[in-house]
Amino acid sequence: MPQKYVGQRVKRTEDPRLIKGLAHYVDDIRLPDTLHVSFVRSIYAHARLTNVDVSEALQAPGVVAVYTGRDVEKIGPVPCAGALPDLKVPDHRVLARDKVYFVGHPIACVVATDAYTARDAVDAVAVDYEELPVVVDTEAAAQADSPVIHESFGDNIAYKLTAGEGDIEAALAAATHVIKQRIINQRLAPVAMEPRGVLARYLPGEQELTVWSSTQIPHLLRTQLALMIGMPENKLRVIAPEVGGGFGSKLNVYAEEALLGWISMQTAKPCKWIETRRENMQATIHGRDQVGEIEIGCNADGTITGLRYNVFADLGAYHQLLTPAIPTLTGLMLSGCYKIPAIQINVTGVFTNKMATDAYRGAGRPEATYVVERALDLVAAELQLDPVEVRRRNFPKPEEFPFKTATGLFYDSGNYEGALDKALENADYAKLREEQKQARDEGRLLGIGVSTYVEICALGPSQAMPAGGWESATVRIEPTGKVTILTGASPHGQGQETSFAQLAADELGVDLNDVTVIHGDTSIVQYGIGTFGSRATAVGGTAVYIAIEKLKEKATKIAAHLLGAEASSVAFADGKFSAQEVKQAAAAAGADPGEVPAPVLPAGQDPAGALPEPETNGKRVSLQDVALAAHLAKELPPDMEPGLSATYFFEPKNFTFPFGTHICVVEIDRETGEIKLVRYVAVDDCGKVINPMLVDGQVQGGIVQSIGQALYEAVVYDEAGQLITGTLMDYAVPRAKMIPWFELDRTETPSPVNPLGVKGVGEAGTIGATPAIVSAVVDALAPFGIRHIDMPIKPETVWRIINNGRQ
Amino acid sequence: MKRAINVNINGTEHAREVEPRLLLVHFLRDVLGLTGTHVGCETSLCGACTVIIDGQAAKSCTIFAVQADGAKVTTIEGLAHNGELHPVQQGFWECHGLQCGYCTPGMIMAATQLLERNSSPTREEIRHGLEGNLCRCTGYQHIVEAVEYAAKNQ
Repeated sequence: MPQKYVGQRVKRTEDPRLIKGLAHYVDDIRLPDTLHVSFVRSIYAHARLTNVDVSEALQAPGVVAVYTGRDVEKIGPVPCAGALPDLKVPDHRVLARDKVYFVGHPIACVVATDAYTARDAVDAVAVDYEELPVVVDTEAAAQADSPVIHESFGDNIAYKLTAGEGDIEAALAAATHVIKQRIINQRLAPVAMEPRGVLARYLPGEQELTVWSSTQIPHLLRTQLALMIGMPENKLRVIAPEVGGGFGSKLNVYAEEALLGWISMQTAKPCKWIETRRENMQATIHGRDQVGEIEIGCNADGTITGLRYNVFADLGAYHQLLTPAIPTLTGLMLSGCYKIPAIQINVTGVFTNKMATDAYRGAGRPEATYVVERALDLVAAELQLDPVEVRRRNFPKPEEFPFKTATGLFYDSGNYEGALDKALENADYAKLREEQKQARDEGRLLGIGVSTYVEICALGPSQAMPAGGWESATVRIEPTGKVTILTGASPHGQGQETSFAQLAADELGVDLNDVTVIHGDTSIVQYGIGTFGSRATAVGGTAVYIAIEKLKEKATKIAAHLLGAEASSVAFADGKFSAQEVKQAAAAAGADPGEVPAPVLPAGQDPAGALPEPETNGKRVSLQDVALAAHLAKELPPDMEPGLSATYFFEPKNFTFPFGTHICVVEIDRETGEIKLVRYVAVDDCGKVINPMLVDGQVQGGIVQSIGQALYEAVVYDEAGQLITGTLMDYAVPRAKMIPWFELDRTETPSPVNPLGVKGVGEAGTIGATPAIVSAVVDALAPFGIRHIDMPIKPETVWRIINNGRQ
Repeated sequence: MKRAINVNINGTEHAREVEPRLLLVHFLRDVLGLTGTHVGCETSLCGACTVIIDGQAAKSCTIFAVQADGAKVTTIEGLAHNGELHPVQQGFWECHGLQCGYCTPGMIMAATQLLERNSSPTREEIRHGLEGNLCRCTGYQHIVEAVEYAAKNQ
């Protein structure tokens, strides 16, 4: 099939509404008589609630209701889907009852006729707290003498997990060198530009509840809300309207979503809550927050023999949907893109008095890539080898795929050396090293960092997922020939309205603008899983592709019937079916062999009104003709089901494993410690590409989030558990001027896991880039004997290194 | 006590009585239904609420509606003329300058003013001019290219 759209830099079909300011995010949806909800949240990290007095708030004009934890006990707990052996799961109520466990913990909610009144009334709710000892430090939380957060558990250890294959003790014992390093992946805030928001409308007559939520998982959310609220799932409709970014933070089920639905049922009015940025920093999930020690064994030539990662994962006070599962992804990816015979991860997941951690762009994999890449650099430093050479020596070769790791994965396909070589060439690595040498001679601090990464995408086979790893698609040709795609994926910026339309337009031979992609509405779209884990194209796109193939099979049979030909002799190209030979029977019946009788519509009985009659142009019929015939159902093969649509639920047999090489060049200002990103070169391989422009956008955005983690961002709680980084004044999301020009390129190694050969690219940037940036800074400071610095690397840290290093 | 204000928004006069504490962004969104202007932080740090007031890009989340009394305000809805996209809007579309689209209206308004002040900015100048606007999706490079496109095609 010729590819008119696939592989092209097609402009996005979703953009016109967005650039004109005419799109509808949750807060842009206006329903008459909407009530507004505002939350009373804990100002302490750990306290007993001795009294919550709502009487004054209730008397305020415009206040309709105030609910506390006692009022909402019928709402089920906030769910956790992470199933691990002996996992401790606290009872996570939608509003605190007796104790609060983190700053921002919701205590009560005020319902009022407008948002300003609701916010005013929050201040009229009097909460009496009895402060309790606070658990903030991740490692201290696991100690026997730590105060205990959830008393019934006896300690703060939510779970312990050991995973990996090979004899790690023997591997480390046999190594000529064993290097240990304590490494921190700091706590981060996802900061989607649109905070969370919920609008709920209960219709008492129909007994139907509609919940508009800024979510990445409308169907999973519907199921969970049905269970929480006790509402039949088929009376509950969840709509993810325009969603302003997620990065994993909206891959969740939040207390507020259930509460808003419940409040609408109590008040029989639409209810809206729009999260403030302060609430977003306090009470939307955070990411990362692992404190660990990496131990790597190698031989004198740089061959890695074994790797162990002992890690404390800070889970926060409660589990959100996938909180305990995130470190398990870290364990899976500890082989990086290397042959490592023995790998072991020992995870201790701990509760602390902070917001829950959960999936933030990369979700466990950036942590793995970061520690592995740092470890490879340490090996290079120890053996005085070029870090590129150490990596090259440990790559599996392209012919070794599918490659089995000691973490139990089978990497689908890869050519790691291919991507590395291209990146080295694009960066002119040899020349860079020359420049560095010269710079050092001049006393300048120039650093070069290289990261070679592999990630796990297209999550994933259902066996490996808590709630299904497949994705669904329905493809429908309407009577007028327009194409409708319903996808279970729930894009929120990734651009699948365009890329899926590209796919369909090519496969069906129609114009791109004749395809509409519908997503995010559980009453329109068949059940789906959603958008996360770089899965929408590899799993959801494949579902679209196979549904189209199914639909074409049926369309071919109808076309054959219309053409009076055998289906096997009908070919489809450019949106037209053509017959190679015509049935003898049709000729015998007196029909012109080149003409096929069009369905005869008795006057006045055409249910489709003024629809044109199917045109049978000689030996060809168009897809539009077939669609009309399928709907009129007057001229169909015997026993053929009318209509022209196909649905497919695609279950992938494996994950996909994109990879690449990122090279970062930094120069450090000796006087200030400021880090300037001089160059950034990346070569990513995400398999086949549907729209290179969208792929570039994903990579660039991901790298900038990596720059944020490496140099600027950290969620900081003080020793009392107060959130120090509670606004965007204190939490440093990168701005345009902090970012270098990206020099991007690709190699293309198709995935054998799906017929499209695609792998996924949504998280590559946050996985591949962080270690390259840190590596570059460490390399720049190597003359001071530096081998590792924890993130975010601030000018102050650098300045101290430079100045303590001065004799 | 409500106060009477008269604001020209996208060329149309709007006379309303508003509470003195009503923020301009809520006046635009909740009173007039112009929901293209977004709120991303409430503290003037993200720029999603950027509009142009009397020729100056300003963050409408930290201005009271009463302060805009008598002013001329342009919002994202007022940028296209006779159905034709403004060059900055066109640039964002051509160059993939947006993903989730939430920061986009503010980013486009800021870029529009940037080009009014400097019709052929360098990449550094574009980045500097957009420092008051956060984008979490694009990594800014396509936004820089979008503004370059607009500069060439204005």
